[in-house]
Amino acid sequence: MALSGIQIYKLLPGGQRPPHPKANCKECGFPTCLAFAMKLAAKQAELSVCGYVSDESKDKLSAAAAPPIRLAKVSSNGHEVAAGNETVMFRHEKTFFHRPGLFLRVKDTDGVEAIKAAVSSADAYLVDYVGMELTLDGFAVEAASGDATAFGAAIGAVRGASDRPLVLMSADAALMEAGLEAAEGMTPLVHSANADNWEAMAQLAKKHQAPLAVCADSLDGLADLTQKIKAAGVEDMVLDPCVGTMAGALSSLTQLRRLALKENFRPLGYPIIAFPGEWCEDTEAAAVLAIAKYAGFVVLDEFSPASIYPLLVFRQNIYTNPQEPIQVTPGLYEINKPGPSDPVMVTTNFSITYFSVSNEIEGSGNKGWLLVADAEGMSVLTAWAAGKFDAERIAKTVKVTGIEDKISHRSIILPGHVAVLSGELEEELPGWEIKVGPREAVNLPQYLKMAI
Amino acid sequence: MPVKIPMEKWAGSVRTVTLGATAADGGTRQHTVTVGGETTLPFLHFEGEIPNRPVVATEIQDRRPDGWSELLMEAWGDRMNDPGDWAKAAEEAGADLIALTFGLTGLDGQPTSAESARLAVRKVLDATGLPVMVSGPGQAEVDNELLVAVAEEGAGERLVLGYCEDRNYRTIVAAALGHGHLVHARTAMDVNLAKQLNILINDMQLPLDRIIMDPTTGALGYGIEYGYSVMERLRLAALQGDSMTQLPMLVTVGEETWKAKESKVGQGVPETWGVWEERAINWEAVTASSLIQSGADIVVVRHPESVKRVHAVIDSMMTANDRGGS
Ligand code: SF4
Repeated sequence: MALSGIQIYKLLPGGQRPPHPKANCKECGFPTCLAFAMKLAAKQAELSVCGYVSDESKDKLSAAAAPPIRLAKVSSNGHEVAAGNETVMFRHEKTFFHRPGLFLRVKDTDGVEAIKAAVSSADAYLVDYVGMELTLDGFAVEAASGDATAFGAAIGAVRGASDRPLVLMSADAALMEAGLEAAEGMTPLVHSANADNWEAMAQLAKKHQAPLAVCADSLDGLADLTQKIKAAGVEDMVLDPCVGTMAGALSSLTQLRRLALKENFRPLGYPIIAFPGEWCEDTEAAAVLAIAKYAGFVVLDEFSPASIYPLLVFRQNIYTNPQEPIQVTPGLYEINKPGPSDPVMVTTNFSITYFSVSNEIEGSGNKGWLLVADAEGMSVLTAWAAGKFDAERIAKTVKVTGIEDKISHRSIILPGHVAVLSGELEEELPGWEIKVGPREAVNLPQYLKMAI
Repeated sequence: MPVKIPMEKWAGSVRTVTLGATAADGGTRQHTVTVGGETTLPFLHFEGEIPNRPVVATEIQDRRPDGWSELLMEAWGDRMNDPGDWAKAAEEAGADLIALTFGLTGLDGQPTSAESARLAVRKVLDATGLPVMVSGPGQAEVDNELLVAVAEEGAGERLVLGYCEDRNYRTIVAAALGHGHLVHARTAMDVNLAKQLNILINDMQLPLDRIIMDPTTGALGYGIEYGYSVMERLRLAALQGDSMTQLPMLVTVGEETWKAKESKVGQGVPETWGVWEERAINWEAVTASSLIQSGADIVVVRHPESVKRVHAVIDSMMTANDRGGS
């Protein structure tokens, strides 16, 4: 949590009791220590400019500057998944930053061949969503057999089939050691330390410089463990609150996020790992909850395209920055391979507007040419009100896209909301017939059916 | 070390709204459905009361619909041919409410008439004991004509009449006032617009506990994040004490998701989209269950499997915490 100017002042030479001999010496370039403190609070000055800050104060200042949820990273062969550094409870307050990593769990009892097959197909999965390529992020390998050789072989099999980062799962330190050796060269997440094994797990995490997941079924227990483990020299941790229902998960994850953000409670200021498959039979709904409500690493138990695709899209949607409306590139979009006689429609480049319109035309099986005008990412009505979607811009879109060379007619359909632009557009586009379409995209198919 | 759980002290709560009326209250419903009443954010049982579960409404139409996905046509089969039969099938499939919507035209291509709307509502009311919501095709004059007839036909049933929109709400509110109904207030993904419409409706003397607000949403992949955040903001405003936002929320998830190509189309789509039926139902169920997390009290869906899925999620969210909140 950021400190106020006064709080910072109390840690500077002039604010200490008794004051430091150098108090208000002006060497920092500010008239007083207080003035310097105010600049520090506003992040307009660097602490290092003052040479007289005590070590104790420096520690306090740097601790206060640390993010309330510490970043944890797993990585392998250039792939990296980072979680933490989040700053808000609700996405509209600013944005959510780090999309939670989605990991598919395999068990060493599945057998090496089955693991290879499952991992290769999940690893190769790539789906295009509005021009973005979405994939899974990694794999969790569980030592279910209790056998170090089997665990090592399973990890080897996963690595043979995928370059992506891993979560290693065992509560047995000896097995974990074998696992970490098999994962040499990557930074996996060690899952997990508990009240019984934490010392040995902390040693392993330290030795392999890997983040350590900490598991306890109460927040008290979690906070106890993270403090002990931190004292043992491990900084990078991930919390596993070991919940068993969706309601329990929502409560625990909300409480953890609040403690970190609102109370700046350091012992629980770490990202969270979730196992939604253990919360509800409806694993998609459980995973959706984990994604929306604060998990940083999500371990899935099943993989099928029909189930992963909606989850990847949901994650993308929820982690979109609400301050920056997503736009599509202005230009000419061809829907269902249109020909020269097919209709020409125009809309704005606000992504939702574009997708609603193109989706209606495409879904209804109509062919058409969709002109997307540069309306600075606003919807039709908003853009029109703001003067960003007028006859001039529409005419310009017609000219620059070269649509005139692709069609045999001269007729363009305007969104019903901007029917008032018809007259001006006729002047801008001599020889064109201006038609007024429906206000809402949903009525387009019917309009096209009647118009054609 | 004992960790102190940070609690929010909310100043407000969501109003309780009851849909449907039994014989005791002048209707013919077998039972009523009550939504709202939350004193905290969705499902935070450790902090406040969630006295009423969110509910699932099944959307049916007054006649076999045009342009619905084949998957839906298969799922409901011949029972879509008659609204009464369809309502009964929806009740059997576990719906808490029936959401009857009218198309612009009948099967014969003629505009839907007040008389046929009346007949469809009568069939639905006779076929099921569930509370019923009714909405027009979304064109002002048509909606008004049909909904006035529906309000008369269902007098006393505490139907939910829709859609009240900022450009068209007076006639429908008057019909609700005159015949003991509720209204469905629909605005386009904007906190202030939603609030404004509630104020306008309330100004006509319709009590706030007879309004369900529909802030609308995009489907998964088509703007769900806008709907999700507007609902979160409306619910936060309600809990912070803004009385014109303290209404239960409804979203028409089925209407949105079944427009999406992912749901509607089985052929000519990327292989990475997976098996059509599974994907389509996931699309609807994922959209519905995420919006329940952002505050929806009523979700309207189309596929019978989604009704089951969303109910299971609600069960799971309403199960007391496994850990008593620590
Ligand atoms: S350098 Fe600035 S902040 Fe440091 S003691 Fe001197 S006046 Fe105070």
